Amino acid sequence: MSDALLSLHNVTLAYRRHPAVHHLSGALARGSLTALVGPNGAGKSTLLKAILGQLPVQEGRIELKLPRARIAYLPQQSALERQFPISVLDAVLLGSWVRRGLFGGIPLAERERALAALAAVGLSGFAARTVATLSVGQFQRVLFARLMLQDADLILLDEPFNAVDARTTADLLALVRRWHGEGRTVLAVLHDHQQVRTHFPQTLLLARRAIAWGDTATVLTGDHLHAAQHMVEAWDDHAQPCAPGVPA
Amino acid sequence: MSPHELLIGPFQEFAFMRRALVASLALAVGGAPLGVLLTLRRMSLIGDAMSHAVLPGVAVGFMWFGLSLPALSLGGFTAGVAVVLLAGLVARHTELREDASLTATYLLALAAGVLLISRSGSQLDLLHILFGNVLGVDGPGLLLVAGIATVTLLLGALLYRGLLLEVFDPDFLAAGGGRRGLYQQVFLLLVVLNLVGAFQTLGTLMAVGIMMLPAVSARLWHDTLPAQLANSALQAALAGFGGLLLSFHADLPSGPTIILCAGGLYLLSLCVAPQGWLPRLLRRPHLRG
Repeated sequence: MSDALLSLHNVTLAYRRHPAVHHLSGALARGSLTALVGPNGAGKSTLLKAILGQLPVQEGRIELKLPRARIAYLPQQSALERQFPISVLDAVLLGSWVRRGLFGGIPLAERERALAALAAVGLSGFAARTVATLSVGQFQRVLFARLMLQDADLILLDEPFNAVDARTTADLLALVRRWHGEGRTVLAVLHDHQQVRTHFPQTLLLARRAIAWGDTATVLTGDHLHAAQHMVEAWDDHAQPCAPGVPA
Repeated sequence: MSPHELLIGPFQEFAFMRRALVASLALAVGGAPLGVLLTLRRMSLIGDAMSHAVLPGVAVGFMWFGLSLPALSLGGFTAGVAVVLLAGLVARHTELREDASLTATYLLALAAGVLLISRSGSQLDLLHILFGNVLGVDGPGLLLVAGIATVTLLLGALLYRGLLLEVFDPDFLAAGGGRRGLYQQVFLLLVVLNLVGAFQTLGTLMAVGIMMLPAVSARLWHDTLPAQLANSALQAALAGFGGLLLSFHADLPSGPTIILCAGGLYLLSLCVAPQGWLPRLLRRPHLRG
């Protein structure tokens, strides 16, 4: 694909030599909106971390057509310290650290942008509160506001609507659609198939290997989902080294 | 006795009291904010561990040069740095987490230190090394403490954003290209530096008190980090001032008195601070929205 922003060439990611993602190839087109779907343990978060360069690639390679600083990442909330004594405004402003660096000052215009982002996620008036006082849904809105401040070309969302109520999900989905409209490329880990069918044109169905990758309607079929469900959960202690041409 | 005689007289009259005061204030301003960051990292007990980790370096310095401040400080700092770097290396390249590898490394350092000291000096020397004497601070000692406070504040300000992100959202820091673990290492070096700086004044063991007690109390007073940092420095400075006066008037050893004053502020905070005990007892009506 000529307009690919991100290409995976036969990528294998492993944990203690056991593959978490196995021989994955494909590409994310520039400006595409893709859902990353699969059962727990399918390697979805692992794949995101490898794209971010946080995990070594065991085999194959990941080709990025943009600098890492242009990638924004939404971690799962459980990876964050929710009791941290920081105000909502400061938490949003942290989104600009990639551009401002760890030492650069934050100009007043940046504060205005942060307040605008807070308004866009429906949290006007929350700026001075501490993040510890927020509900899970409100906290997720803050993380989305922080993403907006990053102004990134590629946005990776790890289970963005986990434990979030219907109204917050709808609001945040609207933001994702808006980013898509602005030409940004979005890859989101999701579990709600109905939501994926309605809002995400592209889907990668992952169960360690790619079950299917393409238009959502052709990917989320009964056969494919069945195949994903029956992903080998077992951990084979006596697995042999993987040879080319041998099915996994 | 007039308030002037009580509060200012001792410092006016005696040079050693003035030097002790300046040293305590420098330690308070540098050390206590570090303590807040330590509690934030759930590493409240690491300060204690690090105060033991410097021992082998101090022992070697003592064996070679006797009771010389530069030698002891340099030795202690070298040992502390070695422990931090070694533990960081182990944490990065093995399955062990930072706290586990730090514990293993500092215990080895402590054992080595005790072994070295027992082969070289008497028990009295060991006590002096661990507890210090704030009333015996001389010119060079004062410069050392002030220099360390300066370095701590400047470096702390430079690293502030990274230190915060590393605790608040480490994946986000790494995603933006920040080196995970780097800030922790530099930060722990600052902790070591402050503990070593405190050795001639409060002694390394007591220095942990002036670092941690105000830090823990400060969390009871404020919701945001900058306020907690300022509060901790203020409480530590108050403890230094009050402790020195109390030890002067009541003829008590100064180091423990300063720490106990910090402890008094801690008890007070536990009771009356907004996040403390008393405000929870006062049942005030809830708000409309």
